[in-house]
Amino acid sequence: MNLDFAPFVLSFKLAGITTIILFFISLPLSWYLSQTSSKFKPMIEAITALPIVLPPSVLGFYILWSLSYNSPIGAFFDEVLSIKLVFNFTGLVVASCFYSLPFMVQPLQGGFESINKNMLEASYISGKSKLVTLFRVALPNIKPALLSAIIITFAHTVGEFGVVLMVGGSIPDETKVASVAIYEMVEIMDYKSAHIYSAIMVAISFVVLLSVYIFNKKYMKRVGI
Amino acid sequence: MINLDIQKTLHGSNGDMPLDIKLEIKEGDFIALAGKSGSGKTTLLRILAGLESANATVKIGDVIWQDEFTCKSVQKREIGFVFQDYALFPNMSVEQNLLFVRKDKKLAKHLLALTELSELKDRHPATLSGGQQQRVSLCRALMNRPKMLLMDEPLSALDPHMRTKLQAEILSLHKEFQTTTIMVSHDPSEIYRLANRVVMLDQGQIIQDGEPRDVLLKTNGSQKFSFEGELLDIQKVDVIYVAIISIGQQIVEVVVGENEAKNLHVGQIVRVGTKAFAPTIG
Repeated sequence: MNLDFAPFVLSFKLAGITTIILFFISLPLSWYLSQTSSKFKPMIEAITALPIVLPPSVLGFYILWSLSYNSPIGAFFDEVLSIKLVFNFTGLVVASCFYSLPFMVQPLQGGFESINKNMLEASYISGKSKLVTLFRVALPNIKPALLSAIIITFAHTVGEFGVVLMVGGSIPDETKVASVAIYEMVEIMDYKSAHIYSAIMVAISFVVLLSVYIFNKKYMKRVGI
Repeated sequence: MINLDIQKTLHGSNGDMPLDIKLEIKEGDFIALAGKSGSGKTTLLRILAGLESANATVKIGDVIWQDEFTCKSVQKREIGFVFQDYALFPNMSVEQNLLFVRKDKKLAKHLLALTELSELKDRHPATLSGGQQQRVSLCRALMNRPKMLLMDEPLSALDPHMRTKLQAEILSLHKEFQTTTIMVSHDPSEIYRLANRVVMLDQGQIIQDGEPRDVLLKTNGSQKFSFEGELLDIQKVDVIYVAIISIGQQIVEVVVGENEAKNLHVGQIVRVGTKAFAPTIG
């Protein structure tokens, strides 16, 4: 039995990079959303939540179109920066960032919103700026939300299928991630490999989620909630 | 001298209400801010702290904190603020909560010793009692040697015994740091013990301003005892009526006539007064 683990490696590489990029994008965004009372807040929230409700094919189609040579964005990247964004790994990362954005923003925003406002004000009164307050008071006190955001974003990116297929196709070692590989195995009726791949996915996902819940339970106990 | 002139329209439960406060405060004073809930006390504190915007002039001696042209940010105002719910940083130990404000280990050690918290300096807030948490919060508020210490009902969540203990600590800290202190409080004994001036607010306006003795003593004429309480029940016993009234933490019975009994209704706030020629204190 000769199993090719490249699709798994690719899946986790994609998920890892996407999670890191999304963390840095979502941190200021979710902090802003949790603190603002601007009338544009519902608008921004609706846009960030769109990937949850849109069919992956719709999302994939728009991303494919905007990253391709046919759109001004794709043309700009191709002609000015010589970066092609479709049917390669870079394109997958961009697409995944759109696809998984709400899974990073929403837990973080929820965490920030649950923080006692007086605690943040106590930090401002102590002479600390918003930035110092964010990193030294807000973030350390939403550890469960932070962990959920990171893990769920990672897991969700590992599990994506439709968008990846639309934007990346199935190029071995470039865009053929685990979920796409399983789909192809089923298509060529290689059920044995499909079983093994699927079982590995289930096992990894379960272990990851279990560790999150165990950590959160211990953390809640420690801070006395 | 501290000069305040504050105007703001508050959106209360009974529609809009103008907050209009003019005050001159001597530096080093301990002011109690009293009044019904919704009268604007907390908002006044928050405006002073710079946490809420208002059309205000705030002058501390020669330094202008806020007027038409300037508004110092909350970070630059050099105030201490004690919240009713303590608002400690749960991720930091007691000592770290203090050092977060200013890296002054000596002052932190001194404050913790004054409030008998030295033993607990490495504990996290979640493991402390309410009274201990509020003491940490008080120490934290004093860490940057504030020009003004603002306290929003700091002791209202604590039991009476802990309250008395903390009142003594607040007073000694106030004296040691010579901070101008403004405290929101509903408790007359607390106000009497701590403050040298009471400002009573109602509907966003100052309705009384003076020494605690003058504002708080509710006797009039030749009455020597006068207490406000809630009428809990009226019982008919043979030919007389007995009113049961809750005053402070105690229940008392007072005999009332038939006509009086008819005019009283349960739940009413009543005042019980009497002359006291030879009271006993034991």
